[in-house]
Amino acid sequence: MAYNEMYSKELIRRFRNPKNYGEIKNADGIGKVGNKTCGDVMWLFIKVKKDKIEKIKFKTFGCPAAISVSDMVCDLAKGKTINEAKKITNKLIAEKLQGLPKLKYHCSLLGEQALHKAIEDYKKKNGR
Amino acid sequence: MKVYLDNGATTKVDERVVKKMLPYFTEKFGNASSLHSFGQQAKLDLDEARNLIRKKLNADKIIFTSGGSESDNLAIKGIAYSKGKGHIITSKIEHHAVEESCKSLEKQGFQVTYIDVDKEGFVNPKNIEKAIRKDTILVTIMTANNEIGTIQDIEEIGKICKEKNIIFHTDAVQTFTKIPIDMKKMNINLVSISAHKIHGPKGIGALAIYNAEIKRLIDGGPQEFELRAGTENIPGIRGLAEAVKISNDKDVKQMEKLRDRLIDGIFKKIDNVKLNGSRKKRLCNNVNVCFKGIEGEAIGAHLDAKGIASSSGSACSSKSLKPSHVLKAIGLSDADANGCLRLTLSKYTTEKEIDYALESLEGIIKFLRRISPYGL
Repeated sequence: MAYNEMYSKELIRRFRNPKNYGEIKNADGIGKVGNKTCGDVMWLFIKVKKDKIEKIKFKTFGCPAAISVSDMVCDLAKGKTINEAKKITNKLIAEKLQGLPKLKYHCSLLGEQALHKAIEDYKKKNGR
Repeated sequence: MKVYLDNGATTKVDERVVKKMLPYFTEKFGNASSLHSFGQQAKLDLDEARNLIRKKLNADKIIFTSGGSESDNLAIKGIAYSKGKGHIITSKIEHHAVEESCKSLEKQGFQVTYIDVDKEGFVNPKNIEKAIRKDTILVTIMTANNEIGTIQDIEEIGKICKEKNIIFHTDAVQTFTKIPIDMKKMNINLVSISAHKIHGPKGIGALAIYNAEIKRLIDGGPQEFELRAGTENIPGIRGLAEAVKISNDKDVKQMEKLRDRLIDGIFKKIDNVKLNGSRKKRLCNNVNVCFKGIEGEAIGAHLDAKGIASSSGSACSSKSLKPSHVLKAIGLSDADANGCLRLTLSKYTTEKEIDYALESLEGIIKFLRRISPYGL
């Protein structure tokens, strides 16, 4: 299947030109997840100020779907309170990407898991 | 710029091949089994094409099939069913058509030994010799690998099989017209070939036979020496023969030169790269590299955006979400196998295209590594 048939316009746009990649030095929380089946690895870094996710960046090893999911989860979580961000699901990520191919649906889970792990890491570091 | 570097998957049909095929649709459309003049014309033209391919391989018989996969099935199951039982030797890096045929036979009571390859993808002929048993009926080893381009020592394997009186089959789909095969001289009993990898049409291939008895898989009429029933695909067969006729050493040399330009360019421009397969005994049109820290489908999608067609052995790009069995067999870790990219050239590939691909790759790899957590 051609890449542009398999993936939505939004997914391809983000894959070609992701805005949120990079690392946050002295991040308040880091979420590192991997998918054993396909080998994808996603790292999310968050900076939290007054209970709000002020900054969020990703580093990802993976296919176009994994990279787009990473970029999207950053946009969705940015500016949200910790409690709001915890409600972000893989379903929402996939929806916002105008859908994912069935075979790539697991990539959206990676986004949800990385975000939740980063939040947990933040809470643990801050004794909450 | 549009650059097609996936000729291992399929090739553009040569205009001369198309021209040769066209009359067989509307003018010379006869059935080669018919006795009237239309049929006899078709029969003559069929035999001419058959002879040309028979001579090219120095075979006894050419059985036309629907392509490489059918030829592999016919060779392996055709021998197995004619013997009824026994042991088969193959390698761990065969094409799926060979691998799955062997697996299917295992379920039917045949026994199969899958020989390991070394880190460049070579089958050591000595290991085949060691694996031979009293009940071994067939050795099937590909001439060169479709993913990593490693060329096997089929002459040596042929020698061993002849000494032990065992049938030897080779899948030559990737190498036909690129590496010469003389079946009688090299003691090869069965050779699978396909037209669409050599600028011929899809849906046509052949199994070349020398001194071997097979049982047919498709029952019906007496076509193809009663070894493959069904009205012959004469346009395809004429196309295949024309593609063979056109092929030449000059094209092979040209592909080799550009292949080396591509490999050398990648190593010069990009760090942390590994060439998969052998540098020396390598198919003239194959480049397969592993870029550490990034994923193959992502590279392929970026290349596609720049108009460059490639293929990848990564887990993400496969339906099974598993990395290629070939890359695993040469000892690559899952992560490295997922970062592999295959670029395959043809006689139509130009220096300009190679340079454009190199320039594009350099930028793409740099960008994807910036995104990657493995940060190289």
